[in-house]
Amino acid sequence: MDINRSDKPWVLHLYVVGMTLAAKRALFNITAICEERLAGAYSLDVIDLIENPALAEGHQIFAVPTLVRQLPHPLRKVIGDLSEPEKVLAALDLHAHALV
Amino acid sequence: MIRAENFLTVSSPPFAKAPSGILGLDGVMRGGFPAGRPTLVCGGPGCGKTILAMEFLVRGAQEFDEPGLFLSFEENPAELLDNFRSFGFDVEGLVRKKKLKISHVEIPRGEILESGVFSLDALIVRLAHGIAEIGAKRIALDTIDSVFSALSNTEALRNEIARLFHWLRDKGVTSVITGERGKEELTRDGLQEYVSDCVVLLDHRVTEQTSKRRLRVVKYRGSAHAADEFPFLIGATGFSVLPITAAGLDYGVYSERLSTGVKDIDDMLGGQGYFKGTTVLVTGMSGTGKSSLAANFAQAACQRGERCLYFSFEESTAQIARNMKSVSVDLDPWLNRGLLKVLASRPTFQGLEGHLVSIASEAEAFGPSCVLLDPITNFIAVGNLHEIKSMLTRILDFLKRRGITLMMTALTTGSGMSEETELHVSSIVDTWIALDTTRAGRTHSRSIRVVKSRGMRHSHDSREMIMSDSGITVCPLETEQPNGHKQVR
Repeated sequence: MDINRSDKPWVLHLYVVGMTLAAKRALFNITAICEERLAGAYSLDVIDLIENPALAEGHQIFAVPTLVRQLPHPLRKVIGDLSEPEKVLAALDLHAHALV
Repeated sequence: MIRAENFLTVSSPPFAKAPSGILGLDGVMRGGFPAGRPTLVCGGPGCGKTILAMEFLVRGAQEFDEPGLFLSFEENPAELLDNFRSFGFDVEGLVRKKKLKISHVEIPRGEILESGVFSLDALIVRLAHGIAEIGAKRIALDTIDSVFSALSNTEALRNEIARLFHWLRDKGVTSVITGERGKEELTRDGLQEYVSDCVVLLDHRVTEQTSKRRLRVVKYRGSAHAADEFPFLIGATGFSVLPITAAGLDYGVYSERLSTGVKDIDDMLGGQGYFKGTTVLVTGMSGTGKSSLAANFAQAACQRGERCLYFSFEESTAQIARNMKSVSVDLDPWLNRGLLKVLASRPTFQGLEGHLVSIASEAEAFGPSCVLLDPITNFIAVGNLHEIKSMLTRILDFLKRRGITLMMTALTTGSGMSEETELHVSSIVDTWIALDTTRAGRTHSRSIRVVKSRGMRHSHDSREMIMSDSGITVCPLETEQPNGHKQVR
């Protein structure tokens, strides 16, 4: 899987271990935020480490869910089910992005 | 390589143990770490946690055919490889052969943000993947409390760590989990609450410029273990733990006798010399012939075809060999044939515990029937009397357990017979020979007396010891010195 293949300015990866409740919540939360602020300008992939266990080491993931902002640089990681939108916005530097 | 099984008598464990292969440690832990269960190793920075964890995996892979997975939360693999190369551990080779896997869990400070519920399932995935990849039977997590610096939801983290430990136990892998020592608790983050099987505490103190390391098994569920604090060393070959009291006094007793190398002295000791596996102390002032007795004893051992290990803390090998020729002891052939090994070093070269480990590991490797320490009084440069006695007791235990006869020489100061040796070691030795010089007119003559020798009839009188180029001879003082007494008035 080439996880860096994207023509969007925003590339997000959500690492999970199975679609647990926390994973589902994280996916729901980040999708809502992206749709609100980055509609059409982002790609979001869910990477299940059960299917790709080697990626946990390769991408230095130790807790799940972990959202990784691959692009724009620099790389940012947010751990958790992303249930606090303010924190997620701050972590991803999305405050500057106006609501669409 | 030094193996530890014989360090102490290991009683059959009530459940499976995973031996560490580390000198001394398996004795203290009565066979090793609890197999298939987690052990917490805690201690402050620089106490040796990482080394213990890594050595457990390296020896597991090398000596017990149990591949190991090292999950490092602090140092990266390159740093770890660098550090362990200096111990002569072939970590890289083991990694190449897939007997060992080092996996770095990078925890960048500041870069991680958290929001809401999380789990450490990704770590479990990594562990499971690593276990599957190399068939790991042993796991080290070093140091897992690093995750506390990255995540603020401590409560959730504790639950997750507890779950991780449960998972390790369910997997049946033997794991060593290292944790930072806390101020009041065993660990900074309370890990001891989750690892209830076995807890080992490491301590590193520096007093009077010498570093002292101590190991204690705080708890070991379902197993006997030695409860004392044991000194340990991190030396050229890695970790070694030095039991003192765990040894007990259940040595084998030998009726076999070993010649002193001097017929007349054998005669003073019931005609046959020392008992095998006992400890002999030779005391005397400078020039009374202590080293000569030691050399004769060494030669006698070599003549029997046995090996002798001679630790010299005063003279070099060449000096000893040269000087002994003057009393007709030629050590060169034995040195050349490899039956005699002389290790000359300054006492100040290392601390007492360093000497203890050197002596124990050299003896383990060389397999001598006799060990000589000449002289033990030079240890005063590196320790106080209590510490020296404690070290000697441990050497003595170690050697007795192997049926190795130990001869120690000690320099006494002041004139006259000093039955009270400065080291107060006389109570721990089996045979004590006191040498002295007495002035008879213009000449000084040497005297020898057997102060004690357990388990045998021995002479109690002082006799004259004559050292000439034909060797050592002993004759009764009375017949030699009637005139001398008169001259002295």
